[in-house]
Amino acid sequence: MREHMFSCGGKVALVTGAAQGIGLAIADKLFNLGASVVLSDLNTEKVNRAAKKLEPSGERVKAINGDVSSTEDSVHMVEFVLREFGKIDYLVNNAGIGTPSFPVEKMEDKLWEKMIAVHLTGTFKMTRAAVPIMKTLGRGSIVNMSSNAGQVGDDEYCHYSAAKAGILGLTKALAKELAEFGIRVNAVAPGIIKTDILAVQPAELIAYKETQIPLGRLGTPQDVASTVCFLLSDQADYITGQVLCPNGGRTIVGI
Amino acid sequence: MEKQTFSGKVALVTGGANGIGKAIATQFAKQGAMVAILDVVLDVAKETAKGIASDNQEVEAFACDITNTRQVNRVIKQVYERFGCIDILVNNAGIGDTSTPIENMTDEQWERMLNVHLSGTFKMTRAVVPYIKERGGGRIINMSSQTGMVGEADFCHYSAAKAGLLGLTKALAKELAEFHISVNAIAPGVIETTYFKKFTEEQMAKKRAVVPWGRLGKPEDVAYVAAFLASEEAEYITGQVISPNGGRTIVGI
Repeated sequence: MREHMFSCGGKVALVTGAAQGIGLAIADKLFNLGASVVLSDLNTEKVNRAAKKLEPSGERVKAINGDVSSTEDSVHMVEFVLREFGKIDYLVNNAGIGTPSFPVEKMEDKLWEKMIAVHLTGTFKMTRAAVPIMKTLGRGSIVNMSSNAGQVGDDEYCHYSAAKAGILGLTKALAKELAEFGIRVNAVAPGIIKTDILAVQPAELIAYKETQIPLGRLGTPQDVASTVCFLLSDQADYITGQVLCPNGGRTIVGI
Repeated sequence: MEKQTFSGKVALVTGGANGIGKAIATQFAKQGAMVAILDVVLDVAKETAKGIASDNQEVEAFACDITNTRQVNRVIKQVYERFGCIDILVNNAGIGDTSTPIENMTDEQWERMLNVHLSGTFKMTRAVVPYIKERGGGRIINMSSQTGMVGEADFCHYSAAKAGLLGLTKALAKELAEFHISVNAIAPGVIETTYFKKFTEEQMAKKRAVVPWGRLGKPEDVAYVAAFLASEEAEYITGQVISPNGGRTIVGI
């Protein structure tokens, strides 16, 4: 087996939105790096299947369903991890939803609220539930999933852009707040990643966007998983309050 | 033998004799790279190379003043002839200076700072890029500083140079992407190296007190970031700035 530069042996991770796509790739990588992983997702059947596929024995991989935007569910999911593995070292707030594009005058309350609820409020609630446990351990590492849309905005996705940008403010505030307790908080802002969520956008638009990416290809869930796992690991011990951007050069922002 | 992260790769680290550069060279060699250490202090660089090299790793020191175009071009050719290729360039060489308010800052201070950090990085990169292109791709990592992101009073020259590196990094990321060369910058916080030996404990305590994470950085903190950026894992990251600073510097989106 190839020796990996950052190991997560002995760590316990909770990954939200882990039944597919980026979340599943993160869970997969953490598992292969030696961590015990709880996959959480809204879809019970899908997350159970994903967990079973990752590790049939279920010794180091468990599944739990829940809605990150629900206070009750967030507490319940964190308690589940504690019951199964006794601690939480890593929290990856990845759960998210896609949507077709909508100009602002056509954007309905329900869609706006849903986008904020899942991405921003969900990240907040899951973190609020997990932090007391990390504080008793005296350490922890949290990675929040933002997006290049959160950094620079995406037209006709004002709700998604607002939610993903909000996550950056949340990340930075919590980094300052939780540092004294040994808890690091960072964000990852991926570019365009090949997942099922992308399917809601027209294929020709995606193909065009791909030609505009300096490195010449869309990102893969593994590109994001690598960045997340690096940030979670001990090798990133001096990194907190930061945003790492695997985007193929698509989004290069100000200092 | 297990395949390591940098098996078969050649990494070049400027300012690799001491401090952060030494830690980076050490980490690359640990993970299977052949390493060329460039520095102005050849004897120290040779000691460092000897200390890092092992049966599996080839590590060699070269004397090089990165502000000297002729020297840069000659030494890069030597590195290429010695190792056969260049995959990774870490532009880490740098100098410090005493704090100087602007009205007291001499031309010489200003020019030297820009020459070493900004022009030196430019000259080294210009010389190495053809070789990395020949490999079909690779990595360039530039050493900026949190000072380049937010500035530091009485160090306007250092701040300008380190910020300049970020502009250089981003331009080259866009320019070299089609050749599969990723270009990123690391902007460390205060890292405890021998440079700070002349500071008093009281001065260091002051620096420590403003870091949320409660400690100053170690050269290894930076080396791990460099190793990550240079690896296949970070293939999709280019034009970016990663800042290991213990939470001291958190900038706008």
